[in-house]
Amino acid sequence: MKPLLQNALRTSAILFLFALVGTALLAYTYRNTHGIIEKSAQEEKLALINQVLPRRLYDNDLLAAWRELPAHAMLGTRKPSGMWLATMDGKPVGVVLEAIAPEGYSGDISLLVGIDANGVLTGVRVVQHKETPGLGDYIQLTKSDWVLQFAGKTYDPDQNSRWKVKKDGGNFDSRAGATITPRAIVKAVREALKYFQIHRETLLQPIETRKP
Amino acid sequence: MISKQEFSALAHNGLWKQNPGVVQLLGLCPLLAISNNVVNALSLGLATVFVMAASSLAVSGVRNFVPHEIRIPVFILIIAALVTIIDLALNAFAHPLYLVLGIFIPLITTNCIVLARADAYASKNHPLLSTLDGALMGLGLTLVLVVLGAARELAGQGTLLSGIDLALGPAAKGWVITVLPDYKGFLLAILPPGAFIGLGLLIAARNWLDQRAQRRAQQAARSAVAQPA
Repeated sequence: MKPLLQNALRTSAILFLFALVGTALLAYTYRNTHGIIEKSAQEEKLALINQVLPRRLYDNDLLAAWRELPAHAMLGTRKPSGMWLATMDGKPVGVVLEAIAPEGYSGDISLLVGIDANGVLTGVRVVQHKETPGLGDYIQLTKSDWVLQFAGKTYDPDQNSRWKVKKDGGNFDSRAGATITPRAIVKAVREALKYFQIHRETLLQPIETRKP
Repeated sequence: MISKQEFSALAHNGLWKQNPGVVQLLGLCPLLAISNNVVNALSLGLATVFVMAASSLAVSGVRNFVPHEIRIPVFILIIAALVTIIDLALNAFAHPLYLVLGIFIPLITTNCIVLARADAYASKNHPLLSTLDGALMGLGLTLVLVVLGAARELAGQGTLLSGIDLALGPAAKGWVITVLPDYKGFLLAILPPGAFIGLGLLIAARNWLDQRAQRRAQQAARSAVAQPA
């Protein structure tokens, strides 16, 4: 029995050693890359936000001016989402909202919606979607300019019918054969604008900037 | 260090005889998911070459210290740690490259071809040969990926190299080749069933070529016997 036990001990010691070295290497790599990775992730996020809210409109540290929004049907959210408050010389000039278009052809479409203090859209981008490749994915800026048509639009309750795709009698372009996707996004953006109009005062309230 | 015969044996093995994509049928999960266009296919292929060469080198380097009974957990540990380190290091120090290959690197962890080569080859051969074997196996997979990606992209959208600007910057936008203008598209080819059908056709084509070569070799051998000099 002795050699068996010895063999088992030796084998487990070797396995343990490998696990130890592997863990140490991973920990070392993580420590040395963590900061750099975090920084570039923040930069990417900011770059995306700057696409929906032009950089020249605000002068604050936008990523730090973040606030949680409770889940709301008009934002299409079932979980709390977030918003960023843009200010210029300390005055609120606009917000970027995280919204969801729940009626996409293949489930949720995540959006970033930029709205200035007057309720005018500064831009909309699709952050994530599962729409059919080659058919419904023209909502991505990398595939087509479709999503750019939102910039400059506002919502007026008297002209509710304009906030539809052209096929439904509205103002927004869509492509033949893939109407469900743009219909879902147009509706979601419209609801986000309505949400902004209703909650404008609260949304534009200053945010305590977290000091890094 | 490596003789010409050794190299060509490894190359023949990786690219044709034991091709991971159409003979060993290993690594199908990323293969089927990513092969919907040429650019994606090539990106995943290159990432696989890189990871396989590195993991074969690492496994081969420690092969004499690993008892046979625990080799699989040890290899998994090495490969998982290595892939994670490559993922983190690329992200931090080669960010532009990471933006192109980043999403593919974790996918390689689901690729059993890496472990298969570690166990079948790298654990028995010296580091240089093992690295070469890993790289060539990866190259064999890349070949299948690119052919499948090209076929699916062509059948599905009538283009080649679409999305190259995402990989190489906006300057490459002009590289996209529209083979079939005004093509309405064939959705099946782009969706997952297209991957299975395409791969099936590729396997059939490879088997056909292989069998034809065998028949010819047999005929040549027979006629050589029949006509003594």
